[in-house]
Amino acid sequence: MKAAPFDYVRATSVAEACALLQESGDEVKLIAGGQSLTPMMAMRMVRPARLVDINEIVALKQITIDDAHARTGACTRQCVAARDDTLATRVPLLRQALAWVGHSQTRNRGTLGGSLVHADPAAELPLVATVLNAGLALRSASGTRTLNATEFFLGPLTTAIGAEECLEEIHWPLWTERRTGSAFTEVSRRHGDFAIIAGCAQIALDDKQRCTRVAFGLGGGGSIPMAFPQFSARLIGTRLEHDVVQSVAHDAAIALDPGGDLHASAPYRKHLAAVLAAQVLREAYAEAQTHS
Amino acid sequence: MNEKLFNIKVLVNGIARNAQVPARLSLVDFLRDELRLTGTHVGCEHGICGACSILLDDEPVRSCLMFAVQADGHRVTTVEGLANPDGSLSVLQDSFCHTHALQCGYCTPGMLIAAQALLNAVPQPSEAQIRDAISGNLCRCTGYQQIVEAVQHAAARLANKT
Repeated sequence: MKAAPFDYVRATSVAEACALLQESGDEVKLIAGGQSLTPMMAMRMVRPARLVDINEIVALKQITIDDAHARTGACTRQCVAARDDTLATRVPLLRQALAWVGHSQTRNRGTLGGSLVHADPAAELPLVATVLNAGLALRSASGTRTLNATEFFLGPLTTAIGAEECLEEIHWPLWTERRTGSAFTEVSRRHGDFAIIAGCAQIALDDKQRCTRVAFGLGGGGSIPMAFPQFSARLIGTRLEHDVVQSVAHDAAIALDPGGDLHASAPYRKHLAAVLAAQVLREAYAEAQTHS
Repeated sequence: MNEKLFNIKVLVNGIARNAQVPARLSLVDFLRDELRLTGTHVGCEHGICGACSILLDDEPVRSCLMFAVQADGHRVTTVEGLANPDGSLSVLQDSFCHTHALQCGYCTPGMLIAAQALLNAVPQPSEAQIRDAISGNLCRCTGYQQIVEAVQHAAARLANKT
């Protein structure tokens, strides 16, 4: 399997990458870590006329923290994000999710932005972005705009990014409540594979162990990762009692529309979704309780 | 068809290599076909099997998931670069022989790269860390047990040496 011929340009700045995108339009693809794009090119599922390589743009690899967000450059390697202790403290779901992403060889090359733009419905990082409703800062030659994750993911391998746009930065919302806990888990055939179903949750508590903020979601259960703010709202004020967790997890699973394939039938995926949703909610709650 | 060629300079196993490559030439094909470093194996060619693992700037990556032109200006270490300068086997390579960690040998170069990267970062890894480090490398002969033992054996030998 060899890629079809293409032209190659190594961009040295985001502005240059955007100019090249504007010049070549649909015929051009940005390549970041290439851990999804390269195999698709080898299988000739995609045949770009030109690749614009954004791997060497230092500005796309910065990690900064402000009052409200952790900002990660789109080309931040997954291994770098996973090793970053500050990021792990402020956005704990990132390190928790990255432990399930691929293998060391792919995390050393794969990027945060690449995974989001590829938008596999069972991938871990799009699920975290959806649950936290991260902001995706896009740039083109004509300007910038920021979309929320819930606006960004449109379908399997399909996002709202325009042909002339480059994902520049991801803004991960910080939860500043002292008693915050989070959890990520998934079931896959082999560790490192895409999930059959993945779940993640983040919960903040008041000093009486009652939930003040809850976010949770499921991946692999449909065309895009799903967050469930309407069900999360039912957990506010509770101490995550058995009945309410079971009911919320059940309703979230019902809301999914998973396909069935060789690896797992649709009913099994729904069953798994309810089990994993309850599990991550309980784990996130238990972790939040440890912060007194 | 005349494809456009790109000048690249890659430091491979400590030797600067200049070449002209078409953009679509994968890094593994460049290493094997252009540089004749055939120790790195081509398995699935789409990032599943790990046989083509190399070190890029000291980190293990899959050389089938990179184009050679992207390696311009970077350092590459292949399995040939793991051996001692006199050509004798490294401690890790010798440990693979000692514990019978290979049968057909197809996955071995990738396993050695993944395991060496682990030992460079974590000199005394736990069994869980070893299994995690080689989880991106498929072996269809050994059932992995002897490979894990080889890495443990190498870690113990390296610890005794210093």
